[in-house]
Amino acid sequence: MKYVTEYRDAALVKNVIEEIHRTVTRPWTLMEICGGQTHAIVRHGIDQLLPHQIELVHGPGCPVCVTPLELIDKALEIASRPDVIFCSYGDMLRVPGSKRDLFSIKAQGGDVRVVYSPLDAVTLAQQNPAKQIVFFAIGFETTAPPNVMSVLQAQRLGLKNFSILVSHVRVPPAISAILGSPHNRVQGFLLAGHVCSIMGYWEYPPLVEKYKIPMAVTGFEPLDVAQGILTTVQLLEAGKVEVANAYQRAVTLEGLKPAQDAINKVFMECDRKWRGIGEIPMSGWGLRPEFDQFNAEKRFDVDAIRAEESPLCIAGQILQGLKKPHDCSAFGKQCTPDNPLGATMVSSEGACAAYYRYRE
Amino acid sequence: MCLGVPGKIIDIYQKGGLKMAKVDFGGVFREACLDYVEAKVDDYCLIHVGFAISILSESEAMETLDLLKQIGEFEEQLGTETQT
Repeated sequence: MKYVTEYRDAALVKNVIEEIHRTVTRPWTLMEICGGQTHAIVRHGIDQLLPHQIELVHGPGCPVCVTPLELIDKALEIASRPDVIFCSYGDMLRVPGSKRDLFSIKAQGGDVRVVYSPLDAVTLAQQNPAKQIVFFAIGFETTAPPNVMSVLQAQRLGLKNFSILVSHVRVPPAISAILGSPHNRVQGFLLAGHVCSIMGYWEYPPLVEKYKIPMAVTGFEPLDVAQGILTTVQLLEAGKVEVANAYQRAVTLEGLKPAQDAINKVFMECDRKWRGIGEIPMSGWGLRPEFDQFNAEKRFDVDAIRAEESPLCIAGQILQGLKKPHDCSAFGKQCTPDNPLGATMVSSEGACAAYYRYRE
Repeated sequence: MCLGVPGKIIDIYQKGGLKMAKVDFGGVFREACLDYVEAKVDDYCLIHVGFAISILSESEAMETLDLLKQIGEFEEQLGTETQT
């Protein structure tokens, strides 16, 4: 497949990894922000091919992982109502809430459906006027334009039975939270390529300037990840503090303006709780008040639901790059993908789930 | 979650007020919304949850691949790789 096969060329990846070996002279700790990249790194064993001086720590860029427990409880409450068809991306279905998950709601007769695109949920609303269609709108910046388009389309079609349950998070505030922590040990960032396809990378130079840490926009295939690491290491070794673009075929500085405009029309910045980390100020997006009629939290009165995390789980420290999955006493014992205690074991893109799958 | 899959735009049409396309993912065909990009037939786009989020640049892709192929060639030509 064009734009895939050539970026999985083992000889070329080896070439880039060898260049990393030639470039590095001292220890560096890098963080890949995106869970999709964590998955690629562990799956292809890229971390094990790197020079011993380079340590990769895994960031919080997995929306399924960081969606707060109480929002999942709210989803479960809404999905169990008889008048609701609850639509979600497939990876949210087995994420446990405090007591159950969406699969168990479905098993008990709830109408829970997996959709490929948020527009599929809008079509369901057109086809089922007697039902309330609720779409679980989770994600980072990449998923925001599709999710807001579902609202704009529902508005255009005059639909009264469509709403979204929003848990949107943004990368730059998460990077600020990590770099601003007194325990931070990250010295360079691999930026999430597809977040930058939408947003561009103009938001990052101020962060680079403030924290004096280089960053490289990085893609998802093994060659992209290797190139992102090489670029970051070259910047670190040269003492350069800047943002480089190592994913030029898919990312421009400005990003996708029409998509950014649509996001700004429907969403506004808000404080957001991250599962395992806690609240990060202005780190999320929520619906603007003028779109209240499409806001499932308002429509179904679930505001009062609160939930607490397992005290055993160290996902918060893993998501901030302070610890690795093997540092956790519950890893692979009380906590497995079938019975996850916390954020990073929940999704296949979570660091704990990736280690469990490829390293056990 | 944020994964995007490259696909080739085969056909562009309007549906429900949105610009939609038939996209070829190496022989598997799916529909995607093109409302956010100025894509033409035969362009390759990254598709994420049924939306094109980027038109892939062939010239940038070629340039990057050429650059990455050249890495190490100088060392090999000079024979310095085995000495360092």
